[in-house]
Amino acid sequence: MELVNQHAKGIMEECKLRARDAGLRFDDETLEYIVTNRDMIELSPKIMIPTLYDYWVHDVRVLSGKGMYEAYPSNPYETVINTRPAISFYNDNNPDWLNVMIFYHVLAHIDFFQNNLYYKNTWDVDLAGQALADKRLIAQLRSEKGRWVDYVIEFARGMDNLVGFHRDLNRTLTREQGHVPDRIDFYFDRFLQKIKSVPQHVYLKEIDRYNQCQKDHADFFDQVIEQHPEFEEIFQKEKQKISPVKMDVMEYILKYSSFLRREENEWMKSVIHIVRGTSLYFQPQLRTKTMNEGWASFWHAHLFLKDDRIRGHETDFAKVNATVTAMPKVGLNPYALGLRLFEHIQEMEDRGRYSLDYFQLKDAVLRTKYDRTKNTGTDYIFFVRENMDDFSFINTFVDQEFVDRHHLFVAGKRFNPQHNTWQYYIKSKKVADYKQMVINTLHHPPDIYVVQEKTGNGVLYLNHRFENKPLKQDFIENTMIGIEFLWGGPVHLETSVPSAAAQPGSPYINFWDPGAAGRAADSRQSPIQWKRVRYVLKDRKLHKQEL
Amino acid sequence: MITLDELLERDKKREEDGFKRKIRIGRIVKPGAGNREKIIVVPTTVEEKFVHDDTLLIDQSPGEGEPTGGTGEGEEGDVIGEQPVRPEEGEGQGEGDGEGPGEGQGGEHEMEANAYELGKVLSQDFELPNLKDKGKKRALARYVYDLTDKNRGVGQILDKKATLKKIVETNMSLGRIPDVTRIDTAGFVVSPRDLIFRVLSREKQYESQALVFFLRDYSGSMGGKVTQTVVSQHVMLYSWLVYQYERQVETRFILHDTEAREVTDFQKYYSYKVAGGTKVYTAFQMVNEIVEKENLARDYNIYVFYGTDGDDWEKDGKQTLVEIEKILTYAARIGISVVKHTYTGTKETEVEKYIQGSGVLDRHSHLIKMDVMGENVDDSRIIQGIKTLIS
Repeated sequence: MELVNQHAKGIMEECKLRARDAGLRFDDETLEYIVTNRDMIELSPKIMIPTLYDYWVHDVRVLSGKGMYEAYPSNPYETVINTRPAISFYNDNNPDWLNVMIFYHVLAHIDFFQNNLYYKNTWDVDLAGQALADKRLIAQLRSEKGRWVDYVIEFARGMDNLVGFHRDLNRTLTREQGHVPDRIDFYFDRFLQKIKSVPQHVYLKEIDRYNQCQKDHADFFDQVIEQHPEFEEIFQKEKQKISPVKMDVMEYILKYSSFLRREENEWMKSVIHIVRGTSLYFQPQLRTKTMNEGWASFWHAHLFLKDDRIRGHETDFAKVNATVTAMPKVGLNPYALGLRLFEHIQEMEDRGRYSLDYFQLKDAVLRTKYDRTKNTGTDYIFFVRENMDDFSFINTFVDQEFVDRHHLFVAGKRFNPQHNTWQYYIKSKKVADYKQMVINTLHHPPDIYVVQEKTGNGVLYLNHRFENKPLKQDFIENTMIGIEFLWGGPVHLETSVPSAAAQPGSPYINFWDPGAAGRAADSRQSPIQWKRVRYVLKDRKLHKQEL
Repeated sequence: MITLDELLERDKKREEDGFKRKIRIGRIVKPGAGNREKIIVVPTTVEEKFVHDDTLLIDQSPGEGEPTGGTGEGEEGDVIGEQPVRPEEGEGQGEGDGEGPGEGQGGEHEMEANAYELGKVLSQDFELPNLKDKGKKRALARYVYDLTDKNRGVGQILDKKATLKKIVETNMSLGRIPDVTRIDTAGFVVSPRDLIFRVLSREKQYESQALVFFLRDYSGSMGGKVTQTVVSQHVMLYSWLVYQYERQVETRFILHDTEAREVTDFQKYYSYKVAGGTKVYTAFQMVNEIVEKENLARDYNIYVFYGTDGDDWEKDGKQTLVEIEKILTYAARIGISVVKHTYTGTKETEVEKYIQGSGVLDRHSHLIKMDVMGENVDDSRIIQGIKTLIS
């Protein structure tokens, strides 16, 4: 691993100027390293952070990564990490002209990291430095406590997908805007609806009054206190009651675990903090993959083609660019989808189509001709890159125009018993289906939280808010063993599983002999029935109880 | 960088601390041209968390796979392409897959080198027993140099016993030993040609040989994890034998549904699927045919390992038992693994029932073993199973 040479750095600095001219915003300082494929394999288990703490799972991943490379050699072009300064890695097999193109791609990633609001909480920290401090602390603890440090890391990592990312982000953003939404939210969401159970027209009237107050700059709560003198007291009481529940599972354990409170276990808290902090740092990246890659692909194409220094490499560029951003006949490519969606948004906005006029227009011919030549598209996509994540990006902007324009469809796969083949077919060309299919692929950890009322007597009670997706059963036991260890007492988890009666036959038939299942099918179409169960983990033994 | 051995060493310590082991031995199978597949042994591990199980699809009609995205022209309902459910040898694929014998060798060797490593890990770190009796010997094209050849007149070391014998012989033919009961060695005539020396020479190396038949059910019921478990166990068994027999292991692979078929390599053994019925005896019958036809029983230690989910159309297993009895006359071991689907519960499967019922396990307890496990077992249970099968 070595820094790029001065010549390449010079070219890259020029790229920065051009990227800035085009509107991208990023810090002046960046660091670029040339790495080998081997370096990449060794870095990737550490999420490309060279200074991340040591952990045996990373070593296992490196060994299997090397085996994988032996069987299926790959040649990743670049990786960039969200540090201060941003660090990017370039494959030593890249030719120089390619590094120019890639550098535009990298700059757009850095722009995204440093401007998308979901990354807000990562802006004031340099992860590389933070991770180095953490790594040293863990190394020191390991020299004192031996392999128990690794157990604590393991158990903490078992929960690190349940961190309250959105809550933390919300707190930062609202604090900044200087208003406390809690009171308003509480008044409308709980006080009026749950506590007072006012009829709908009263509720709507209050909303109107609220909007009026906003316009007149009047104090909305004056009248509320008049009408409900008890409001303030109830609000304060509720606020206190709610707060521990709003903690994520890791925070709750850190604060209330009797086991961690013991003096000899205090050190474990720092380990859990490190794991939680690291996980939080990467949450925005998990949630903006399509956007981030789309944004980078959008800009590398625009900036590279305008760059006169690459004359003579146009066809090389076309080749590489196509492998990265082609829409696959069957399958999803986040680079390609994100790129096309950004282009689509830009064009739609340029023509003024994000408007009530256009929305209400029903005539298909007029719709295709609709163009208000607003030309605000570029500003608009900058706005989108600042304010959205993958879910809102796809949910808001994938529309029928987009699906039609790129001939997108949901590809179904079914068994053809005559040919003994999997048959791919166009299942749906409707935007709703396509959108749902894409959304189903997005990062979405289960919503599991501590139930304050049921936690007590040494028992930690977790609830899984069920979203029609069961938990992966094989993982439940070991995860709970880890939580039990850190909590220092039994752990209960409430979740849903398919009820046996609703699972006719066995699911394997679907896959191995799909035809047979189809022939025998009659009641199979009925949707799966779910039942609530409670997993109880005590003394490292798992039990399942029906509720 | 930490090595695999160190990782496994640490993993062992987990048990002392009251936690389950986490490292599994993974196998990356790289398909190549022809049957030049490559198996790479790597450690793997999973980090358990609460995550959604995406394999259980909610609104899916039978026979449907997971939907994904797509691009292209066409209307809803149009078929855009087909993909064979399983790759088939030659069948319908015009180009064929070029199974030159020369090509095959290279791949096998590579697989063996890795299997040897895996076998070593299994024997050492998971404490699989070593083989006691390695059985008959068979000549191989490998040589060592030793002072075994004899030469008259000149050489490196004088073979005194042979020389003396030669002298006696010479003197007898000369008539100098009239009475064999009273020999006077002082009167012997010693010719220079009588001196016999040992000289360095090329010697053939003898090694024990094993021939392993891997049999498995690939019928419709063998879905998902069951096949994985069976194949995992068979890879490990193979690796262990490769290590035990210092690579002198030959393998044959047989798949069966209602008919048995032999496949040429592990890759095919591993990946083929079919949606047919189940007749267990066909596989064992094929073993008997092969052994008889190629006269293998004389030269090899024969091992037969069979993996199944326990389903058999032949409920009483009459034909299967006949074939098994026949194999028992020459095989060093038959190991039967029954991997049960979760939905079977604790109910005995057909294969279990008739094997148990026949008493063959007791009558030939040193020749045939059976191991029954669930489909969701981890590697340590699979290895435990291997211990049972080879104990």
